[in-house]
Amino acid sequence: MSLTKQHELHARRKGRNVGLGLTLAAFVAIIMGLTVVKVTSPEFRMPAAEGANGN
Amino acid sequence: MSDASFESKPIENEAQFGDFFALLKPRVMTLVVFTAFVGLLAAPTPIHPFVGFCAILFIAIGGGASGALNMWYDSDIDAVMKRTKGRPIPSGRVTRQEAFAFGLTLSVFACVFLGLATNWLAGGLLAFTIFFYVVIYTMWLKRLTPQNIVIGGAAGAFPPMIGWAAATGEISMASTLMFCLTFMWTPPHFWALCLFMRSDYDDAGVPMLTVTHGRPATRRHILGYTVMLATLAIALGFTQVGGWVYLSVALVLNALFLKGAYDIYRRDEAMSEADNFAVERKFFKLSLLYLFAHFGAILIEAGLDKFGASL
Repeated sequence: MSLTKQHELHARRKGRNVGLGLTLAAFVAIIMGLTVVKVTSPEFRMPAAEGANGN
Repeated sequence: MSDASFESKPIENEAQFGDFFALLKPRVMTLVVFTAFVGLLAAPTPIHPFVGFCAILFIAIGGGASGALNMWYDSDIDAVMKRTKGRPIPSGRVTRQEAFAFGLTLSVFACVFLGLATNWLAGGLLAFTIFFYVVIYTMWLKRLTPQNIVIGGAAGAFPPMIGWAAATGEISMASTLMFCLTFMWTPPHFWALCLFMRSDYDDAGVPMLTVTHGRPATRRHILGYTVMLATLAIALGFTQVGGWVYLSVALVLNALFLKGAYDIYRRDEAMSEADNFAVERKFFKLSLLYLFAHFGAILIEAGLDKFGASL
């Protein structure tokens, strides 16, 4: 049980907040998926590290 | 958002998640998704399924964002017309500023992420499409010329070209002709609707061809655009996305479409009113099948090609 009484505003905006939360979660999943696909593709080359040639 | 903004809004007018989704014009988005999907799959370069999914998603979000920006700018017109007065802005659930911020943010997001996920030609084409639809069409020419349908149709025609560019990184004859197919299809499709549906665009001060140039001129325009459409649709059959399946579908549908346009051209208002615009209504219904079947046939050709069963 929460210590403070929930404001009416929270109930009113629940659908919107849940929707936004799910959208953000989907966004994270998409970026994660894209990253995995990109780094595991045969064309992917790790950029040369700075200073690797002795500089 | 400040406290003042929600306190000043009546509770029943509080925007829900669905209202922001409605700003994206989901029904228009289905055509965008379908044609972009066909463009992506018909492209000769294979694309990873997840990257392809993301590309379609970002194209859909970009298309939706341009819809939100269109609703932001056209909220005055939307408030006057019966068909649109229930939209989130005229009904008071979303403010113009919210719609503008929402549309602009999603536009930038969609273009940048499409560019990062696929290539910058695709991202740039999506950015140009949004610019074309919002600035050239909505803000500039929609209220200025009765050819507004032609210009608006161009914006809706870009998705297959973007899908193709996402896969290949280039623009080709095939992708240009896929663009032309939707571009040339939009005017006869929409003007046929205008002939049998009384539009309240007049009340909103948007020039429509049926009003500015008269209904006989609209009938002539339908025939003219249909002839150009048929030529381009058949030409698409001889590019790399074409084949016997596409050509068979295109030949039958274009013959029917040309006949329908010619019948509309030959009729006058008295004839149309006598049968409650039966020919115009039939032509409009055929136009829906026309576009779906053409892109469906390209999809079948792509499927046959992928499985090595090209005829």
